[in-house]
Parts: sequence; C-alpha cells; structure tokens
Amino acid sequence: MTPLAVVAWQEFRNDLRNRWVLAATGLLAIFALALAFLGGAPAGTTGVGRIDLLVVSLASLSIFLIPLLALLLSYDSIVGEVERGTMLLLLAYPVSRAEIVAGKFLAHLGILLVAVTVGFGSAAAALAFTGDAPGTAEWAAFLRLCITSVALGASFLGLGYLASTMVTERATAAGLALGVWLLLVIVFDLVLLAALVAFGSDIPPAAVEAALMLNPADVFRLANLAVGGNVSEAAGMVGIGAELRLPASALNGVLALWAILPLAGAWLLFRRREV
Amino acid sequence: MTHPSLALTGVSKSYGSVHALNDISLQASAGERLALVGHNGAGKTTLFKLLLSILRPDRGEIQVLGKSPQAARAAGSIGFLPETIAFDPAMRGIEALRFWARLKGLPGSVAEEAMEKVGLGEAKRRPVRSYSKGMRQRLGFAQAILGDPHLLLLDEPTTGLDPAFRRIFYDLIRERAEAGASVVISSHALSELEAETDRIAILGGGRLLALGSLDEIRREVRLPVMLRVVPGPCRSSDIAATVAPEASVTRRSGEAVELACEPEAKMAVIRRLAGLGEGVKDIEVLPPSLDAIYAQVTAGRAP
Repeated sequence: MTPLAVVAWQEFRNDLRNRWVLAATGLLAIFALALAFLGGAPAGTTGVGRIDLLVVSLASLSIFLIPLLALLLSYDSIVGEVERGTMLLLLAYPVSRAEIVAGKFLAHLGILLVAVTVGFGSAAAALAFTGDAPGTAEWAAFLRLCITSVALGASFLGLGYLASTMVTERATAAGLALGVWLLLVIVFDLVLLAALVAFGSDIPPAAVEAALMLNPADVFRLANLAVGGNVSEAAGMVGIGAELRLPASALNGVLALWAILPLAGAWLLFRRREV
Repeated sequence: MTHPSLALTGVSKSYGSVHALNDISLQASAGERLALVGHNGAGKTTLFKLLLSILRPDRGEIQVLGKSPQAARAAGSIGFLPETIAFDPAMRGIEALRFWARLKGLPGSVAEEAMEKVGLGEAKRRPVRSYSKGMRQRLGFAQAILGDPHLLLLDEPTTGLDPAFRRIFYDLIRERAEAGASVVISSHALSELEAETDRIAILGGGRLLALGSLDEIRREVRLPVMLRVVPGPCRSSDIAATVAPEASVTRRSGEAVELACEPEAKMAVIRRLAGLGEGVKDIEVLPPSLDAIYAQVTAGRAP
C-alpha cells in the first residue's frame, strides 16, 4: 500500500467508525425518499417522468446539503490534527504533505460517493420499482445528478481544506467553513438576483454567466437543471437554458476545475505551513 | 566510511523575531545516546522538527544518517516520539500501531511485536480511550521503534511512565543503541539522563551552552566536588582544620560534615582525611549532579 492509500484508508475507517458514513448516507436517503414519494404532486399531468422530477428535487436538495456535508467533513482535517498534535507525528513519517491532503480528500470523496449513491440511489430504485420503468434519458439525467453532486462535494471539500489550512484553531475553521457555505449557497445568489433586479438590462448576459461560474453551487445548478430536456422543463429553467451559451461539456469542465482548484490551493498553503 | 548519525553545522532557525536556534553545531554517532536538556522554549522541539525536515533551517546544514533530513525521513530511518502523543481515541491500540507500521511500509506483524516489547500485548485490542497516560506514552514509544530505526528522536519520553516501565524503557533504548542506532532524548528528568545517556547537550536561549560527556562538562564548569565525611572520635572542627585551605565545611547534617573542594584538590583532601586514621569513619564523594551543572550553565539565561 502506498502512503497515500494508507492515509486514505485510515481516514475512511475512522469516519466509518465515527458514524460519518452512516450519518451522511442516512441523511441523503431520508430526504431523497421523502422527496421521491411526497414531491410528486406538483408534476400533475405535465408528462414529466417521475425520475426527472426526482432529479429536479434532488438537485435543489444537493445544493444545500452536499456543500454542508463536505464542509463538515473537511473543515477540521488539517487544523484539527495540528491542534491535537497528531499532524506532527504524521509528518515525521515517510509521507508527503501532498499525500496527506490527497489521502484525506479521497477518503472524504469516498464517503460522499457512498452517501450519494446509496442515498439518492435508494430513492430512484424505490420509484423504479413502484411505477413504470423509467427510460434511458431519465436514468442518464439521474446519473448526471449523482456525478455532479459528488463533484460539487469535491469542490466544497477543497474549500473546507483551504479553511482548515488557513487558520490555527478549529473553531475559526468551523466559522470560516460556515461562512463559505452561507456565502456560496445563500448570499451569492441573492446578491446576483438583487443586481439583476436593480440593473436588469444593463448587465450583459456574458457577465451574468461569468458570475455564475464563480460559484460551484450555481455551476452545479446549471449543469443539472438548464441543460435541456424534460428536467429543464420540470425545473422551469428552459428559458435560462436557451439563454445560456455554455454547452453542458463546458459546465462539466468548470465544475471539474472547481473540484480541483481549491484542493490544489489547500495543498499549496499546507506546504508552507509550519506545524 | 561511516557517517555521523546526525550532524548540524551552524544551524539557525527563527520564528519572526524569535531566535529559536542560533548557530548550533552538533554531531552524534551511531550507537550514541545524546541527552538534550534545556528550559521549555530552549529550542529542543525545533531541533527535532529540523531533523525531521518538518522545518527548514534559515542557515546552516543538516545531515541525518549521511543524507538530507528529507531523504532520511522518506527512507523511514527515523523514529520519533513527540512530546504530546495523541491518537484517535476510538482506535484500538494495535490498529493505531498497524497504521503507523503500514506508513513505514512494514508488515502488520511488526506492530504486534512492538506492542509486546512495550508490555501492551494484553491491552492491544482495547480502544486507546481506555488507556492510562502511561499506556499511551508506551504506545507512542512502540510506534517510534517500529522497524528498528537508525535514529530515534524522543521528546520528553518518560513523562507519565511509572518507575517499572521507565526501567524497561531505558533498557529498550540501550538495546537500540547497542544495535547501532543513535538516540536523542530531550527531557527534564535530569537525574535519569545522567545514568542513561553518553553525552549531554545543554541548550539555552537557542544556543548550545555545553556539549560533552557528564565528566567533560563537569570539568569545564568547574563546580566544586562535595565530600560527605562521618567523623569518628575526633571533632568535626578537627576535620575542618585538617582539610583547610583546599576544602571548606559547607554544612553539618546530623553526625556528618559536608565539605566542598576544587575537583583537582579532591585526592589531596581525601589523603589528608585518611591521615586522621580512626578519626574518620566514612567518606562519600559526591560529584556535581547534572541538576547542579544545568543550573550553573543556564544561570541567568532566558529560555
């Protein structure tokens, strides 16, 4: 086993023992099942598939829950170990700082992967077994939701590690992580909306588009809800999708960048940090 | 050609305006046990971090086992016990140790052996949260000796250890040294270090204030030798007159008289006391302890 794999495996085991995996999976499953069975009413007779509707509901849920879960998993990863004194010993071993950050990232990504697959998957499976079999397009939209949810989680994991590396106390890292969540998940869109209401037509669409790319939560939203098809229709975002000049592949690329860049930033900061 | 296990040449390290280490030059050879003593904040932990390449020196050169500290650490040749050792409390003892063993690329069986060595064989399946402070310290020591490292860096290793395990601990250290490993121990338990180390480095204010064997430092510091004399039928005033002017009475305790003299005058004073024949019942020579030497060397120095 390489040092990277040893760190990742141990981190995953610790999180498994500390009920993190169970809590994250349970939380997503409960919400997803509730949405699957209770959230079907608004569809009425629009002809939108039940899985499509589930994707819309789950995407809205993911925007709030996945960043929160990711930040909770990651905010004390570095600063917590430094504070407890375990980081000093870890750094005395033949393992590089890059391997430590990457190992923790892989473990936490694994938890999100399990939580999303089992949590969302149970809701989709329940729908598939209780009604008409969903079509390929519906399953593709669902798969897309799962993959982008994990990517969204990855970007907030990276942001959590950044917070964890920048400060010297766990409590500060927790505050910073909460601030990141509030800013990107709640405040950012409100500010953008306020700007659009206030200045409306003065703002060129390209600027709005660029602003949306600055927030991984918005990139995730667009990637799932505005890429056309039944999902866009169900989400009421067909118009936005048509306005949007970025193709789905570009949105995927931006989301992938968001998954990588904060992590790279955290590694660069951790490299320079004195323990 | 054999390299010194560790060699520091003109090493300095500052944190902002604080000079943690200032122009330190120090060597330790294979099989040597070196004590590192100094006040809290004297630079001991900084020195360990430099040897582990967790910190980089501002100036100077460091070689560990003939390589750069990074290369020595990457080779898994260094064992380290930090001052405060922490484990995930929910982990079982053996699980924690297997994790450290795997990080060094060692098989899990090595962890089992290390557990037995430190006397935790019975408790290995218990969660670390149920361990006493001494047991955690033993677990910490077990991880430090995983894979028989060529250099052992032990920061305050005997804190929290009971006297029985302290004995076992020093036996294990001696065993490692006899097998060719260098051992650097930082501690405030000076009386223990006196008997259990080959050389002593005294740090103060980031500088190396003294370095050598206890005898060498004693000679350098020139603290007086104490003699505890139990008089026979003669009076203690006779003893004082006999040994003057080389030695003087410093204290009378019970029936004994304590004398102080320069190290070179020790034998002359003993001969004169022997000349009193039956007038002296017993003579005990008390060389300056490491505590006394340390107090003298670091006197007036801020940490």
